[in-house]
Amino acid sequence: MGALDIKLFRDLKRLWAQAIAIALVLACGVATLILAVGTFRSLEETRDAYYERYKFGDIFATAVRVPDAKAREIAEIDGVAAVEPRIFEVALLDVEGFREPATGLIVSVPPSGELAVNDLFIRRGRLPEPGRVNEVAIDAKFAEAQRFSVGSRFDAILGSAKTTLTVVGIVMSPEYVYSLGPGDMMPDSRRLADMWMPEETLASLYDLDGAFNSVSVRLLRDANETAVIEAIDDLLEPYGGTGAVARKDQVSNAFLQGELDQLQGMARIIPPIFLLVSAFLINMILSRLIELEREQIGLLKALGYGRTAVAWHYLKLVLVIAAIGVVIGAGVGTWLGRGMTVMYTRFFSFPFLVFRSDVDIYLIAAGVSMAAAAAGALKAIGVVFALPPAVAMRPPAPQVYRQFMGGLLGRMRLFSQVTTMALRHLVRHPVRTLLTAIGTAFAVALMGVAMGTLSSVDFMIDAVFFRTERQDATLAFSSERPGAAYQAVLKLPGVMAAEPYLDLPVEIGNGQYSRQLSIIGKPARTDLSRVLDLDLDPVVLPSTGLALGDRVADILRLRPGDLARVTFLDGQRRTVEVPVTQVIQSYIGLMMFMDIDALARLSGTGPRISGVHLLIDDSQLDALYRAVKETPQIAAVALQSRSRQRFQETMRENMSMMLTVYLTLSIVIAFGVVYNSARIQLSERGRELATLRVLGFHRAEVSNVLFIEIGAIVAIAQPIGWLIATGLGLVITESLATDMFRVPFVIEPGTFAISSIVVVIAALISALIVRRRIDALDLVRVLKTRE
Amino acid sequence: MREAVFRIRDLSKVYRTGNVEVKALRGVDADLFHGELTVMLGPSGSGKSTFLNILGGLDTATAGEVRYRDHDLSSASDRDLTRYRRDHVGFVFQFYNLIPSLTAKENVALVTEIARNAMPPEEALELVGLKERMGHFPAQLSGGEQQRVAIARAVAKRPEVMLCDEPTGALDSKTGILVLEALTATNRELGTTTAIITHNATIGSIADRVFHFSDGRITDVLENETRLSPSDVDW
Repeated sequence: MGALDIKLFRDLKRLWAQAIAIALVLACGVATLILAVGTFRSLEETRDAYYERYKFGDIFATAVRVPDAKAREIAEIDGVAAVEPRIFEVALLDVEGFREPATGLIVSVPPSGELAVNDLFIRRGRLPEPGRVNEVAIDAKFAEAQRFSVGSRFDAILGSAKTTLTVVGIVMSPEYVYSLGPGDMMPDSRRLADMWMPEETLASLYDLDGAFNSVSVRLLRDANETAVIEAIDDLLEPYGGTGAVARKDQVSNAFLQGELDQLQGMARIIPPIFLLVSAFLINMILSRLIELEREQIGLLKALGYGRTAVAWHYLKLVLVIAAIGVVIGAGVGTWLGRGMTVMYTRFFSFPFLVFRSDVDIYLIAAGVSMAAAAAGALKAIGVVFALPPAVAMRPPAPQVYRQFMGGLLGRMRLFSQVTTMALRHLVRHPVRTLLTAIGTAFAVALMGVAMGTLSSVDFMIDAVFFRTERQDATLAFSSERPGAAYQAVLKLPGVMAAEPYLDLPVEIGNGQYSRQLSIIGKPARTDLSRVLDLDLDPVVLPSTGLALGDRVADILRLRPGDLARVTFLDGQRRTVEVPVTQVIQSYIGLMMFMDIDALARLSGTGPRISGVHLLIDDSQLDALYRAVKETPQIAAVALQSRSRQRFQETMRENMSMMLTVYLTLSIVIAFGVVYNSARIQLSERGRELATLRVLGFHRAEVSNVLFIEIGAIVAIAQPIGWLIATGLGLVITESLATDMFRVPFVIEPGTFAISSIVVVIAALISALIVRRRIDALDLVRVLKTRE
Repeated sequence: MREAVFRIRDLSKVYRTGNVEVKALRGVDADLFHGELTVMLGPSGSGKSTFLNILGGLDTATAGEVRYRDHDLSSASDRDLTRYRRDHVGFVFQFYNLIPSLTAKENVALVTEIARNAMPPEEALELVGLKERMGHFPAQLSGGEQQRVAIARAVAKRPEVMLCDEPTGALDSKTGILVLEALTATNRELGTTTAIITHNATIGSIADRVFHFSDGRITDVLENETRLSPSDVDW
């Protein structure tokens, strides 16, 4: 080891606390990068491989009844690689020992047992065979939640009869990686089964012999997706087609994509913050080190070390610190990544999902961190490189201070001399002061964003579950019923209040903009499932006209007073022009509402309903469930009360995890920045502080110089932090908003207060640690040396 | 009988660095009297700075007794020593030790803000002939001017004791005379007990008494019948 390397290690030993503080900040950057990129990759690659191997469809369409022959016509559309016509039904399930009614989403398996699209991964058992009327394959999540295995039995109301089914296979489908029951807002594996049954069984039960009601298509690589969708829509229109959707709008895939987008957003926002802050910290301590070692640098150069060798020596110091950060970060990142992947397997159903810890992710993380560290060192290293030995061996020119505002403040005697010292020092280094404040502000911002996200979700839960969807349950009929069905539901045991709704698929357009969506009809005044305006006040639906969700209004460029073109996709396929009467608030889905009778009239039929929202008397819940399980007309039951509960449980769990992570990140930044900044101040001002002690200032009074400076920086950091938090929060929520799900960014004053308190405490602790060094100042030595 | 401000008996100080023991003071006895100006002479390492630092409460003795009037400095706590420095002692150092971020006046005010019976900073600066330059920062002043600011800072609290370690060490002779004149004027006008360390033996002639230090001991004490004015000293 050369003499310079020995110096390097001694320097590191001396600077260990500062080096560790910086390495930890860098480690946060590395860890979050590895976590986000690694998890993103694991999820994306697993998804892509799964979709590819199990032939996930590119286009999905449903209709009422399409003759089998049409499947061949679909296959002939230009760009179509494979077609899977199938029967899709929703049925109520009755599982012994499980009191709530469950819902089954049933897909047919062709007689060949070969699925050309959306193939199944068979975990255990086999697919149901043709002719075996009671055989069913179920998805692994439902099997796990209900502790079902091959041979288990449960009841289902299929068509109009209750049938006992036997599980012959436990499977997974690329179509149901994320599975939501009709009307449900949270996945609930115990209450939702994805099921596969023989085609002929379903055809005879649902009267669909020689016909299908759902189709999924795989495209050739260079196919024109839009053209194929249009062609399919044209083909299915006479058979009650409700509009084909592309893969990106398929529910399971859209949720998965949302998660991937979130990970990507995290990879773009969080690691750069840490890399920036660590680059700044490195710049700060290296500049100071070089200032202190000016004479040594001059000496080394005078002794004949080249300027590159001397510069490299200091760069190596920085790279060693960065390397420590990379090692810590890689370890923590991998650990977090594994945890996150395990968490994903609870929400998403994959045959395999492991955290991909590819070497290149680590190389990228290491490269980026080293580069950030080197960039931070650049300016200081440049000084080392350029310093002529003769100049280096002389002390630097004294620092020139100025009075601010022409000494006005001094004359006003607002501040003591000690405060003046601290403030002038801050103003003397404006760039450094500002950067230190911004560094600290990031700590405030991270905490603010984390807590803001939580209040946003809280706000949403309140808006959705307590102000909008206030019903306990929703019953969905297997097909639309006349208004009399509503009266029948009212008579069910335990029903305290009920509200009918009508859900009609439409194509809604305005000039060049159009979408296939549903219009939901409700009674004008609703009390259970309500419609809220932009201020979250309940809306009374007018007897004509359409209330549009804000997102739909934006997409279609419709404002109140405009006329929307509406084509009903079922029945007589009428096209009408409907005035937009109001824009309303909607956080979930693309919603449109009308008065229920007006909607039925407009679509060209008499009064009818798709389902009923219920308020239930808890004491009669069992009786109600029993009755529902025996009612063949009811296809699905959504239990909002359970969704509410599950939502809050999941949130609480995620909340504490997320808060812990962000709290740690925020404290690491605050500590790293404030501790280093305090150490630099102490190093620069040790002599001044010792002089104050000599002049008769007590330790506490001398520490005040340091505390005032840190206090001023931390104070400046707060509003900047709040601003960054708000900005980041808006950017994040905006970038994560999808048609399916939008969270408004809500940040409360309390959030700012808590973020600030966390950072102030972290800063105070770092300052107190540095204060101990002030107590240990060697007064005599300081006086004997020249500056 | 002259009043002794400091009574020093059998004072010794040992520094330990690792395994090395340095005996800086080896049993020093001395009295410093009220209003007296003393000069400490001696080669580097003879113990005079250690002696002064202990008198000033910047350092503590290893053994022996140091009394400032009725205060026992040898057994005082850090807090008591700080209080003592704040209330009674003015320091002047070779390298001035001004706060670079404070102007001349503010450097003086630093002390007057915490002292009990301080004079206004302007008055202290007038005493050293620098009233005109009180708005300047240290970096804008010459070495001699900076040292005079340091003296003004020391005298502003009307200290009973003034301790100066090589106050002219970094100055040319002409500036040195100005600085010494400021010190003698304070001694004369405020009656401050003053001790000055110097390498320059001729400065001894401005003192009432001259202490010679050698090898951690006071080897000789010389009493001047008449004190010369700094401007009459032959540099």
